[in-house]
Amino acid sequence: MNALSLDKIPIGQRVCVDAIQGDDAIVSRLFEMGLLEGEIVEVIGIAPLGDPIQIRLRDYRLCLRKQEASRVLVSLVA
Amino acid sequence: MTSTTARTIRVALVGNPNTGKSTLFNALAGLWQHVGNYPGVTIETKKGSFEFNGNHFEIIDLPGTYSLAPRSPDEMVAVEIILGQSDEEEPPDVILVIADASNLERNLYLTSQILEIGVPVVLALNMMDVAEQQGLRVDCDQLAQTLGVPVVPIQANKQKGLETLKAALADAVHATRPSPPAIFPELFEAEVASLQQATNGERPFMIRRLLVDGNDLEESRFRQRYGEDFIRAVHAARERLANNGSTLIGLEARSRYAWIRQVTSNCLHRPEVRPVTWTDRCDQIITHPLWGTLLFLAVMFVVFQSIFTWATPLMDLIDAGKEALSGWVATQLPPGPLTSLLRDGIIEGVGGVIIFLPQILILFAFIAVLEDSGYMARAAFLMDRLMARCGLSGKSFIPMLSSIACAVPGILATRVIENRRDRLATILVAPLMSCSARLPVYNLIIAAFLTQGHAWWVPGLTLFGMYLLGIIVAPMVAWALKGTLLRGETPTFIMEMPTYKWPSPRTVLRRVQDAGWEFLHRAGSIILATMIIIWALLYFPRTDPKGGYYDVRVVQLEAELAELAESETKDSEELKNKIDAKQNELNQVRGDWKRQSILGRMGHAVEPIVEPLGWDWRLGMATLASFPAREVIVGTLGIIYNVGDDVDEESSSLHESLRSATWEKAPQKKIFTIPVALSVMVFFALCCQCAATLAVIKRETNSWSWPVFTFVYMTALAYVGAFVTYHVGTWLLG
Repeated sequence: MNALSLDKIPIGQRVCVDAIQGDDAIVSRLFEMGLLEGEIVEVIGIAPLGDPIQIRLRDYRLCLRKQEASRVLVSLVA
Repeated sequence: MTSTTARTIRVALVGNPNTGKSTLFNALAGLWQHVGNYPGVTIETKKGSFEFNGNHFEIIDLPGTYSLAPRSPDEMVAVEIILGQSDEEEPPDVILVIADASNLERNLYLTSQILEIGVPVVLALNMMDVAEQQGLRVDCDQLAQTLGVPVVPIQANKQKGLETLKAALADAVHATRPSPPAIFPELFEAEVASLQQATNGERPFMIRRLLVDGNDLEESRFRQRYGEDFIRAVHAARERLANNGSTLIGLEARSRYAWIRQVTSNCLHRPEVRPVTWTDRCDQIITHPLWGTLLFLAVMFVVFQSIFTWATPLMDLIDAGKEALSGWVATQLPPGPLTSLLRDGIIEGVGGVIIFLPQILILFAFIAVLEDSGYMARAAFLMDRLMARCGLSGKSFIPMLSSIACAVPGILATRVIENRRDRLATILVAPLMSCSARLPVYNLIIAAFLTQGHAWWVPGLTLFGMYLLGIIVAPMVAWALKGTLLRGETPTFIMEMPTYKWPSPRTVLRRVQDAGWEFLHRAGSIILATMIIIWALLYFPRTDPKGGYYDVRVVQLEAELAELAESETKDSEELKNKIDAKQNELNQVRGDWKRQSILGRMGHAVEPIVEPLGWDWRLGMATLASFPAREVIVGTLGIIYNVGDDVDEESSSLHESLRSATWEKAPQKKIFTIPVALSVMVFFALCCQCAATLAVIKRETNSWSWPVFTFVYMTALAYVGAFVTYHVGTWLLG
């Protein structure tokens, strides 16, 4: 379960955020945008060239690159 | 405003991006708006005013933001204005927070920060209709009660709820200040309170920021005010908090979102199953790997095609107007330096700028529609991967592409890029894209040297190559800049994808009008000044070696020529020869005049510099003269190679005289060989010969060093590029 990160989640899959790794500006930005531990998010799109990805979070959609998404550890939700 | 109770109420408008903030501002402030600038930073605010019930409101629109944590001097300016600590603006009486009702949780993050400031707040809940479509129900009364501030539901694009909002703003001034919500843990608040006692009445809000953000910007401000001991106390407080298990990273977000969950638990009702919305259906196609990409290419094609085709009639009209005005001036005023300054300096100079106005208006109308509808965010999403290769993000794509029409609107379009380094890198490389002003130069050279006697595909391929040069070099330079001068935090792309909506005509018109006005006003003043200087350098000295005046001779010859052309025996061979002879004499005089002008002498002086590029002094001088605006070279080449003034890139006599031009030192040797022609084109492709662009860079970066840097690096790049082209070309072609 530990190894699963947001960048490896297929479209349509809902996941629960377990942790965000790091303590830099990117992490505080993601926090501010409401991506916190315990949130349920759904991957809703991947750009044609494979990056970035689009997720549904709270009541809106957020785009982020896979590099950032790889720092978001998640677990699958039915 | 005669009533004695009338007063001015200052309102600060804040909110997240994509909440309809500018739409609300335009709806409230109407037509009378002006832009506020602040020394040393690049942010600008919009200000407007309106009357309601005998009250005069002054409203200031601050840049959209997700959080009040200041990360740059720019963001600090906005925070200072809200806190009433700005030297430039008076403190606001009311803060108007606009929030997207369909995205309440995240919008309440910024709202909760604003509530702590201690200034009366009014919350405008926009896009209630969008929320309804998504099945979300917001209980405004309940929300107002929980937050302790008035909450007004509005639909800014349909002007709904604005009267209620204005009334709420007027009442809010007299209302009691909201008591700040208890958001942070007690331990944290205790540290804030004890730190605050050591200060001169600083707001708890700023102390919290200082503790949580821990950035140099805020620390240095507090260090200046309260000394190093205070900062040490701050660090100690951070350590105590960390030892108690509340790590500071994420503390604010966790506390605020926990509070938000509490607030929304009884006033936000979500449906059991999220309905499929209009936006969801559109995005099935628009962000689809295949259809989305095709649609994107089609949209870009339409944008650029229309910039070229729709603008042409308008540009021709402006050009004709310029000619007519210049001709009228010539009939009204006696010939002399003043008339020449007016015609060749001012009318030509200003006219040469205004001619780009139609392209700018069209491009900005497209940008406004694409942005307001939500498509721009999709384009950035689609293109991000490509742009990431050169250290930029998807947000840089549209500005770069726009620069193929003209770098000026392209640079203005970089305002959508929040990251300062990304924005700066985009601004600095945008002028490398081959703009429409380079096209006449390419056309002239290709038609003169690469058409006759060459395969049919040579002209098209050469032109394509010139455009490709910019498209390849710009990302390379961006990559180099991001790795050196603009090295910074890892480039990121964390972007909200807004819902689609119909663009508001009012917002689109506003954007177009602002862009047009700014272009005319700011870039126009610089170009006018440079054109006058260039005119003077080409005009003086005007005395010929025999003591006569060149300008008098030119006017005299022009008059004689006109007389000949109007004589009745129009078709006779004899007359034709006479006209040709007169024309030659006129061109000879004009050529002599330009040669011994100050600019002509400068041309001779730079000959050793341009010789390694395969150029003679005349090419050097024409290039020098075209630094304010590159398309000037077409006319200048005509003047110096003795063809006359009225040439354009289609003129075959200009092609002929360029082909036959020889070195003054070696009359048997042709100047223009194919390597020379290519080296001229490469130089023009890479050089920043555009005063308007440099003026806009100055304006957008708020500093002279960036336009100077752009000018220097592009000129160096152009020189090296032309040098390599000439020598490799000579070696290849023998």
